[in-house]
Amino acid sequence: MVISKIEGKQIGIKDSLAINQEFENEIAPYRARLQEDMNTIISYAPKTYSKTDGDLNTAIGNLMADIVFKQGNSIFNKRTNKNIDAVILNHGGIRSIISEGNITTETAFQVMPFENSIVVVALKGQQIDSMMQYLSKAKKAHPVQGITLTLDKDYSISEALIQGKPIIKDKTYYLATNDYLYDGGDSMLFFKPNDTTYYLNYKIRNAMIDYFKKVDTINPKIDNRFTQTR
Amino acid sequence: MKRRTFIQQSTAATALVTLGGFGFQSCNSIIKTRKITILHTNDVHSHIDAFGPDDAKNANQGGVARRATLVQNIRNENPNTLLLDAGDIFQGTPYFNYYGGELEFKLMSKMKYDAATIGNHDFDNGIDGLYAQLPHANFKFLSANYNFKNTVMDTHVKPYHVFIKDGIKIGVFGLGVKLDGLVDKKMYKETEYLDPIEIASDMSRILKEEEACDLIICLSHLGYYYSKDAKKVCDLMLAKATKNIDLIIGGHTHTFLPKPTVAQNSEGKNVLVNQVGCYGINLGRIDFYFDAEKNKTANGTSIIV
Repeated sequence: MVISKIEGKQIGIKDSLAINQEFENEIAPYRARLQEDMNTIISYAPKTYSKTDGDLNTAIGNLMADIVFKQGNSIFNKRTNKNIDAVILNHGGIRSIISEGNITTETAFQVMPFENSIVVVALKGQQIDSMMQYLSKAKKAHPVQGITLTLDKDYSISEALIQGKPIIKDKTYYLATNDYLYDGGDSMLFFKPNDTTYYLNYKIRNAMIDYFKKVDTINPKIDNRFTQTR
Repeated sequence: MKRRTFIQQSTAATALVTLGGFGFQSCNSIIKTRKITILHTNDVHSHIDAFGPDDAKNANQGGVARRATLVQNIRNENPNTLLLDAGDIFQGTPYFNYYGGELEFKLMSKMKYDAATIGNHDFDNGIDGLYAQLPHANFKFLSANYNFKNTVMDTHVKPYHVFIKDGIKIGVFGLGVKLDGLVDKKMYKETEYLDPIEIASDMSRILKEEEACDLIICLSHLGYYYSKDAKKVCDLMLAKATKNIDLIIGGHTHTFLPKPTVAQNSEGKNVLVNQVGCYGINLGRIDFYFDAEKNKTANGTSIIV
């Protein structure tokens, strides 16, 4: 037997198609359990926050970096007696806006659907410099915490501080990020080589949920951590 | 149906793509035509439910319980149907975060999927997370260029499978995308990625010569085409570099094609390349009609897309 004719097409799954009740019945308990959690109100947003509101730092990005710092440091400090000096995440990793109104568990899943976890990396001052260079070239509101980076009108670095102080070349700093970026995501290649890597096994999304549960009303703001002078 | 039917033209002179010459009409075309229907999805990404009415892009589209109705209708019309998925079954909605892919596999089994290949996101809970969900999957996992020998998936994934429908032998093999740089090594562990074009050449030879298949299908998660990286291996490159493959069902790039692509293989013969976007918004349908050899030389193979 040989092929004599081929017909190919694509059929849209539209709402004009009937729902197969057997499938619906199988899905229903899973959905119900999910919605129970997803609809749980865990905090409140006084306004809508988007990653496009702001130039080199945004309220939602600052919130994410602050959460990774606060939630991550409580674990990191307990395990190592050390403290996180700075945080860097990626702008693209913010997957949704936070809408004005109630924050639910689903909000955390929308903003951070991935399973990425917090990683703390021990880096020398030179590598912190490389990170600053990366940020100045990316010209993007990658969420950061613990650093102050000021660019001039040509996007050259005019000031780069960590914990409010100049970067010391040979000093070891503890930089928190997520495992995706640590492994070279978004071309962030300054994490390696390093002295030590601490895998906290703490998902960013769980850190967000834990934070939201503690905070009645979030209040993130655009600030001076990463700016450009005109 | 409102769908427009496109007639693919490979030469200006003929309305249909004709492989055989214009020989004399066969006198004894008594042998009945057989029809095999191939249905396919890709990159469903845990979209169990349809998009909500307020979704800015895909309002009210998709949903497994609706796809089930459509698939059943098509099976009623032609029982000689295969249902295939080109990978990235996992990750994209809280269903995956919560249940780790259990419901995705259960529903695919219930819908009687025949086979799926493995996408990069199917490693998102690690290779152990994928392995843990296998008891819920009543369909075959096919991947010829992932060597799982030193992983828990060893023996649970086959390079190819030959399905027989209405006496027609259908060889299906799977291909996966390069994992290094895309998936954390911690997730895929000792899974070894092999050159997809070399492997596809071996597979199509085995399926054609050793298994004597009438129809050869590649389930690929390589991606349709990369405009910014033209050297990156993709389905269009695969089609061009190989022979004996009739259909490449793709995934990974979430490509919405207005219609299946008719590409030419290394022998200048037609290969169909299709991909249906993502999130279960569409179902691909390719119908293959089979005739006795002598009828074919008279009429050629027409491709209507």
